[in-house]
Amino acid sequence: MDSFIVISLIKVLVVFAVLMTTLAYLQWVERKVIAHIQVRPGPYRVGWHGLLQPLADVIKLITKEDLLPSYVNRPLYILAPFISVTMSLLAISVIPFGPRIHVDGYSTWMQLTDLNIGVVFILAASSMGVYGIALAGWASNNKYALLGGLRSSAQMISYELPLSIAVAGPLLLSNTLSLRALVGTQLGGFWHWNVLRGPFPQIFSFIIFLIAGFAETNRVPFDLPEAENELVAGFHTEYSSMKFASFFMAEYANMITVSCMATLLFLGGWDAPFSARYGSSLVPVIVFAIAGLILLYHGVNFERKRDQCTFPVFGVIFLLTAAFFLLPVVQEWLLPLFWFCAKTGAILFAFMWIRGTLPRFRYDQLMGFTWKFLFPAAMLNLLVTGFLVAWF
Amino acid sequence: MSEIPISWFLTLSAVLFALGVAGFLFRRNIVTVFMSIELMLNAVNLSFITFAYYFKRVDGQLFAFFVMVVAAAEAAVGLAIILTVFKNRATLNIDEVDSMKN
Amino acid sequence: MDVILFLIFAIIAVVCAINVVVQSHPISSAISLVGVMGSLAILYLLLGAEFIAAAQVIVYAGAVMVLFVFVIMLLNAGAEVRKGRSLVVQLLGVPLLIAFLALVAYFVQRLFPSSVTVRFGGFTGGTAQAIGRALFTTYLLPFEITSILILIAIVGAIVLARKEMD
Repeated sequence: MDSFIVISLIKVLVVFAVLMTTLAYLQWVERKVIAHIQVRPGPYRVGWHGLLQPLADVIKLITKEDLLPSYVNRPLYILAPFISVTMSLLAISVIPFGPRIHVDGYSTWMQLTDLNIGVVFILAASSMGVYGIALAGWASNNKYALLGGLRSSAQMISYELPLSIAVAGPLLLSNTLSLRALVGTQLGGFWHWNVLRGPFPQIFSFIIFLIAGFAETNRVPFDLPEAENELVAGFHTEYSSMKFASFFMAEYANMITVSCMATLLFLGGWDAPFSARYGSSLVPVIVFAIAGLILLYHGVNFERKRDQCTFPVFGVIFLLTAAFFLLPVVQEWLLPLFWFCAKTGAILFAFMWIRGTLPRFRYDQLMGFTWKFLFPAAMLNLLVTGFLVAWF
Repeated sequence: MSEIPISWFLTLSAVLFALGVAGFLFRRNIVTVFMSIELMLNAVNLSFITFAYYFKRVDGQLFAFFVMVVAAAEAAVGLAIILTVFKNRATLNIDEVDSMKN
Repeated sequence: MDVILFLIFAIIAVVCAINVVVQSHPISSAISLVGVMGSLAILYLLLGAEFIAAAQVIVYAGAVMVLFVFVIMLLNAGAEVRKGRSLVVQLLGVPLLIAFLALVAYFVQRLFPSSVTVRFGGFTGGTAQAIGRALFTTYLLPFEITSILILIAIVGAIVLARKEMD
């Protein structure tokens, strides 16, 4: 019994530490990706290639004056960021990052806890996250914040419908609500993944889920409620310093949750696309080695004087990581984790790519899109999936 | 000691129901009255699920599910009615919506 | 362990319910009602109703109450002003309530003596499979009728709340 508690505590600490670091560096990745889409270098000076920029941002946010305006509704003003952050982090606690691992005589799953209602638990946690935004808009006692909060909450609950119905598609194929068992039904290569298998490949579900996921997390093209040139930063107008940072953390955590859900439901979770017989355990080695060689090449033919020393160092680090993947002792847990992170990272990259590319929807276009197109499309998809699953 | 007597759940349901009745009868704001109705429905849901446990059947949970669905439909229509009343009377106090009295 | 969980969430539920009835501003009542529904969801988990607990949070606390919060924010009607309560109501209200509760508690205690207990894991028939199976076989008619009821509610709400076309 106490080894269970100790192992769980260790897992919680590891997941929390990795999650907080990922949240900070996800913002760095986003700024770099959008910068390169806009043909500019992005954060570059704070540390090598802006890698210390998240640290600078955290220091700035913590040391800024934490205003508590006198005209706000004080209990709700303080409660709202708590609700946002708590519900976003709660959803991550049931996500399986990998299979069973055996360390030092103890064996445990790479997942904090497995509920047999895992999928609806994540939906419930994201439903409760709407309150953070609605209450922030109300408590700020400011018409722009109220409008932004109301619009954002209405958008989130409207897009929860196609999200839930798109989730029901792969659930019909996999026949389980537990996330661990859901990945278990998709093992064996990419033709077993829910997006490509069964009587009806869930491609439409995947696209509808991603579109609804963009709207749920208030990302472009659905970010009107928090756009700066529309609503003076919307529901978080009156927030400063740590509370503002909480809302941003909640938004990125929501993004990570949506990407992880998409990976687990549609892309087979931590499953490798093809079996190890055909060399799937060498793919990370090749990827990191090529990245290292490209960085070394750019280090030699440098454009800016600084790159002369930064790029070769990173190149060497990547080559060492590639060599690390060759060790057989870490392959058992590192390879599934690599595939999970690769798939989730691809979807997160799609989030950022779309942010740098598309303009935003107007609010009535946004609501018309969900009620008149996305919701009927999701229902039709569910109908066809159900029919085909029942027939075969 | 890790077993809860079932009468505690039923008593909790009665307490919540009584509080809902109190809110329904004593409050003047129409939205608060409506929320007391939802509180009563939740108390009844707890009773249903407790009895589902007692008889070891899933039917009680299904009844709670239907109560939930009906409550959602009722909330939608009721709130639309409240909005219309507010548009016409500019008040949410049920004592002031008395033009049909006497 | 189960007793501690029950006591904590039952006390939270009762305190939040008292808050719903006592608070003067409707938005505080609404947040307290969300608290009641959340603690009831945990109590449903203790009773083995896992799917209903998740449905309670998604549908009730996450959609119906958001609707309430929207309406309160849109109407912006402010805190309630207390005026004109008769003395009889004030004196008799709370004691009669407590008498009603005592009666119900007595009858419940008579019918269900302390030997009938609830244990977490005592009933495992509340899975999504079990509910789905019962919903689509024994309770198919209520299921279809509630679907039509929801359709009627949607149409009714839209008709009631739209602007008049002239």
